[in-house]
Amino acid sequence: MTQTSPAPGAADTASTTASVRLEGISKSFGNSYAVNNVSLDIQQGEFFSLLGPSGCGKTTLLRMLAGFETPDRGRVLIDGQDMTLVPPYERPVNMMFQSYALFPHMSVADNIAFGLKQTPMARGARNLRVTEMMELVQISPLAKRKPHQLSGGQRQRVALARALARHPRILLLDEPLGALDKKLREKTQFELVNIQERLGTTFIVVTHDQEEAMTMSSRIALMRDGQIEQLDAPRRLYEFPVTRYAASFIGSINLFEARVLQQNGDEVRLSCDEAGADLLVRSSEKMLPGMALTLAVRPEKVRLLSPGEQSPNLVRGRIKEIAYLGGISIYHAELPSGKQVQFTQSNVQALAEQPLSWGQDVLLGWHPDSCSVLTE
Amino acid sequence: MFRRAPLLMTVLLFGYAFLYGPILSLMVYSFNESRLVTVWGGFSTKWYSELLHNEQILGAAWLSIKIAAINASASVVLGTLAAVALVRYRRFRGRTSLEIMVTAPMVLPDVIIGLSLLLLFVSMQTLIGWPAGRGQTTITLAHITFSMAYVTVVVRSRLAHMDRSLEEAALDLGARPLKVFFAITLPIIAPALVAGWLLAFTLSMDDLVIASFVSGPGATTLPMVVYSSVRLGVSPQINALATLIVVIVAIAVAIAGVLLYRQEKGSNSRKE
Ligand SMILES: Nc1ncnc2c1ncn2[C@@H]1O[C@H](COP(=O)(O)OP(=O)(O)O)[C@@H](O)[C@H]1O
Ligand SMILES: [Mg+2]
Repeated sequence: MTQTSPAPGAADTASTTASVRLEGISKSFGNSYAVNNVSLDIQQGEFFSLLGPSGCGKTTLLRMLAGFETPDRGRVLIDGQDMTLVPPYERPVNMMFQSYALFPHMSVADNIAFGLKQTPMARGARNLRVTEMMELVQISPLAKRKPHQLSGGQRQRVALARALARHPRILLLDEPLGALDKKLREKTQFELVNIQERLGTTFIVVTHDQEEAMTMSSRIALMRDGQIEQLDAPRRLYEFPVTRYAASFIGSINLFEARVLQQNGDEVRLSCDEAGADLLVRSSEKMLPGMALTLAVRPEKVRLLSPGEQSPNLVRGRIKEIAYLGGISIYHAELPSGKQVQFTQSNVQALAEQPLSWGQDVLLGWHPDSCSVLTE
Repeated sequence: MFRRAPLLMTVLLFGYAFLYGPILSLMVYSFNESRLVTVWGGFSTKWYSELLHNEQILGAAWLSIKIAAINASASVVLGTLAAVALVRYRRFRGRTSLEIMVTAPMVLPDVIIGLSLLLLFVSMQTLIGWPAGRGQTTITLAHITFSMAYVTVVVRSRLAHMDRSLEEAALDLGARPLKVFFAITLPIIAPALVAGWLLAFTLSMDDLVIASFVSGPGATTLPMVVYSSVRLGVSPQINALATLIVVIVAIAVAIAGVLLYRQEKGSNSRKE
């Protein structure tokens, strides 16, 4: 924490290196909080995602960064400068709106030039920048068209070019791919990442699509009811969720209710009625015997064991459901306790018989490193 | 068509007959040779040339057009300001009274508006000496008072349907609020301003009651001339005048319609 740091200079460097710093930001509409006491640091050049279900406050948070909403409490710092009360037209930030908000009475080129016309700039330099931006997002042939003559994907590109034209330090994107169809969305994800890497601009993206956030971001803030539930790199968020909410929002996961038996160093032995066996996990946190917790295992971490094979975490079940998805198959096994466990198998050979059939008894296991402990 | 829905077509025909029959007969009789409105005496354009030499009617027409144009322009400015205040600023002191004042002229009878404005102008003259006497100025002021209400309604609905994020995007791109209003908001609501201007112009050209209350000896508007001359017996000159007005209005409305349609087409396909 910077406030405990002895040297005042240390706090200063910390706040200047952060591209964006939010300090205890809250915003309420009526008597419910849209954003509730959010603090975070975003570094220069990051591709940062705000992820969460609809209505959790992502857009409100973004609008406070852009300057369209004033926080009830807290401060917004951009490049170390307090911007909490600075109006949108004076912030070094640009936003790409969810609806794109292209000016209907202006051509594509005029839309992109609009932001440049608000600063003193020679006409030649301005035209050059507009051309450059249109090349960047590959819409040069559309320069003369009006927004209503463009497809959804083309409009998205124009909106991106317009927001980038002023070379903002930070680009805010509200559901940038939300209005595109699935194919185009996947293609555009990679283009966005490429453009971000090329320009080095800090991107802050709002999305409700967990795959999108996983693919593009360097870090993800998972939001819930106006608060940040977990802030981590995509990989850590997936492999080591800290709460049930985080675990089930991203991908699918098996959850077991368990109780601590004993802790030996970082090995924790658990008793679990649902699994019908004792389980073993690794955790560096201090745990007292008798403590209740939840164990989370991803379906692809659950291995199908051959008869007689041993594993620290071993459960018996019977196949109840099989779903063939092409690349993988998803199986549901029912344990004697009635608990359903999901696991997946890659379909390595095209013509191989299904290795498992409905009603078959199976032995399943997973490694103690491949599961995480949720305390909430 | 007739075979498919005979009842519908009959109703439609009757409707058109009622709406346009009187206007059509008025136009036809403006080319009547005879002085008698009910008897056809052969084709002639003599009423038009007589009209062009009728100083009284020409003067009144010029006065009415002047008043209508000033009124329409002032109403568009004031009505747009009121609409922006009502749509863009949710809460401010005096919002309710502004809202009431904006809608009142549309529901109050003309007689009451005319009388109360007359009383206002008279007491203003005794208190501050302005407006001195009654005439063009007082008629224009009275017309702005009620036309502005209609313009506000037209502009307000257009503004309420405008995507707020367009203005936010302009602010975000570095434009100050006043610049945003002129560069983004105004062009997008322009069709409503055109419609509002035409509406205010027509309302002013059309008004007899309020103008009669607040006008003075020197200022006689076209409706007042027509009304008083018709009371002395219908002259075919009035038919000729009415025909001219109908033609001019039809052309203006057609031009405005084309403009509005083009704008509308643009903004509609954008929303898809
Ligand atoms: N201008 C506003 N007035 C009232 N309530 C609002 C306003 N903007 C957002 N909210 C409320 O705040 C909450 C968060 O909204 P939002 O930030 O848009 O969520 P998200 O973008 O995550 O879907 C929602 O419950 C929404 O209804
Ligand atoms: Mg949103």
